[in-house]
Amino acid sequence: MIEIQHIKKSFGEKTILNDVSLVMETGKCNLIIGSSGSGKTVLLKCIVGLFTPDEGHVIYDGQSMTELSVQDRKELRQQIGMLFQGSALFDSMTVEQNIKFPLDMFTDLKHKDKIKKVNEVLARVNMEGANKKFPSEISGGMKKRVGIARSIVLNPKYLFCDEPNSGLDPQTSLVIDKLIKDLTLEYNITTVVVTHDMNSVMEIGDHIFYIYQGHKQWEGSNKDIIHSKDEKLNQFIFASEFLQDAKQMRMMEAEKEKAGV
Amino acid sequence: MRFFTKFGQYLLLLKGMFTRPENPKIYWKEFMHQCVEIGIGSLPIVVIISLFLGAVTTVQTAYQLVSPLVPLSTIGQVVRDSMILELAPTVVSIVLAGVVGSKIASELGNMRISEQIDALEIMGINTKAYLVLPKIAAALLMIPCLITLSAFLGIWGGRTAADLSNIVAADIFDIGLRTHFSPFNVGFALSKAYTFAFIVSSVPAYYGYYVTGGSLEIGRSSTTSVVVSCILVLIADYALAALLL
Ligand SMILES: Nc1ncnc2c1ncn2[C@@H]1O[C@H](COP(=O)(O)OP(=O)(O)OP(=O)(O)O)[C@@H](O)[C@H]1O
Ligand SMILES: [Mg+2]
Repeated sequence: MIEIQHIKKSFGEKTILNDVSLVMETGKCNLIIGSSGSGKTVLLKCIVGLFTPDEGHVIYDGQSMTELSVQDRKELRQQIGMLFQGSALFDSMTVEQNIKFPLDMFTDLKHKDKIKKVNEVLARVNMEGANKKFPSEISGGMKKRVGIARSIVLNPKYLFCDEPNSGLDPQTSLVIDKLIKDLTLEYNITTVVVTHDMNSVMEIGDHIFYIYQGHKQWEGSNKDIIHSKDEKLNQFIFASEFLQDAKQMRMMEAEKEKAGV
Repeated sequence: MRFFTKFGQYLLLLKGMFTRPENPKIYWKEFMHQCVEIGIGSLPIVVIISLFLGAVTTVQTAYQLVSPLVPLSTIGQVVRDSMILELAPTVVSIVLAGVVGSKIASELGNMRISEQIDALEIMGINTKAYLVLPKIAAALLMIPCLITLSAFLGIWGGRTAADLSNIVAADIFDIGLRTHFSPFNVGFALSKAYTFAFIVSSVPAYYGYYVTGGSLEIGRSSTTSVVVSCILVLIADYALAALLL
């Protein structure tokens, strides 16, 4: 469980996060949604400690990330897997070396076992056979998937994904969503996913936090989200006309039902 | 004021390099890789400039030595001392500030901008230790070697030039080389070599590691780092000469 308590973060004059408090439960997919530029990535970086919040605390199962010593923080981070919005693959290494890197650094496995593990995670993200390619030779969506593979190779206790399915086709996107969900249940980990993809929201959103102008506007599950009365949230999720029509139809049906009864 | 902030940040970067490595084997591999990059990578340019430095020094010394009272072998002595004392350590370091320094700055800058440094941090790796320490250590090992090589090549280049253009015969040049040789000069040259090696690796590493912004800033900070390290090399050159000579 990760508790985020009253986080504030500004860059210069500009306040990005203003008193955000969230509780991310273990064994669930916690989603952070919000429009572009609303501060989702900044929030995620505050949670993992890449940005130091101006105020507030982030507590990992009782350990406060902000107050740990450098050594303890390093140890906590070895249990964290993170996919960056821009993938952040090491350009000087091949796909295989990228994924193998955490294994080289932190395990004593034999070379053969490492390669086996690499191939296993590559298969989970539908990227078999890309071992010898360099990041510059694969597409953006493929980089994303290699990034996910690298973040899960050490079986992290906490998994963070910044827009795991932006730039992916609907089918692959579904594979990634399912992978994230499966890992969360299989290893009972705490998963935090930043997304603005409504498919993923409906697919894996056990607990959804909607960030609007630097604060938490709404929270709930994917079952609640379409019935929510929050105006700002509705503007966000029913942004497209198609969805608005769908919503109108749904409301009409609901009214009919009522009339029928 | 900004200078002090930057200098403090630079010292903190250096201090942050010294922690227990997560996995010494990987650090060693990275160190070896950097030795090859810095040592072998800049070998051709060092060879070329050293030969020419020696040759030019010979020709110019001969041109300036017009008095018939001075023996021709003095040219050998002058070439030897200028190569060891000044040309090999300082000129080579300035060239390496461009070759090695800009590479270090842009490599680290690119890793910073594309969040690769953040990705390493999240894995629980001390990036100051993993990315910066092997580069500085490799520079401290390889650059003095390159400078020693440069001194030898420079003297040899000078001797060859003297012989080829009929300024001094090689055997007379050799007499000059053996006259009044002071081992202290070699020690002085080596202390310069280590100081400059540290400057041309740590200053660009600092500029690269703390880049903010986009790819434009990578180029800008790599240029700044080369300029700053060249100036620092010259200042250190003067300071060491004033202190030790
Ligand atoms: N390092 C930084 N320095 C200054 N401002 C920043 C920095 N990082 C982010 N910001 C600002 O914070 C705001 C939120 O950025 P953030 O990257 O969190 O958005 P986001 O919600 O992740 O958007 P997207 O969905 O497009 O990725 C932006 O206005 C951005 O300009
Ligand atoms: Mg973002």
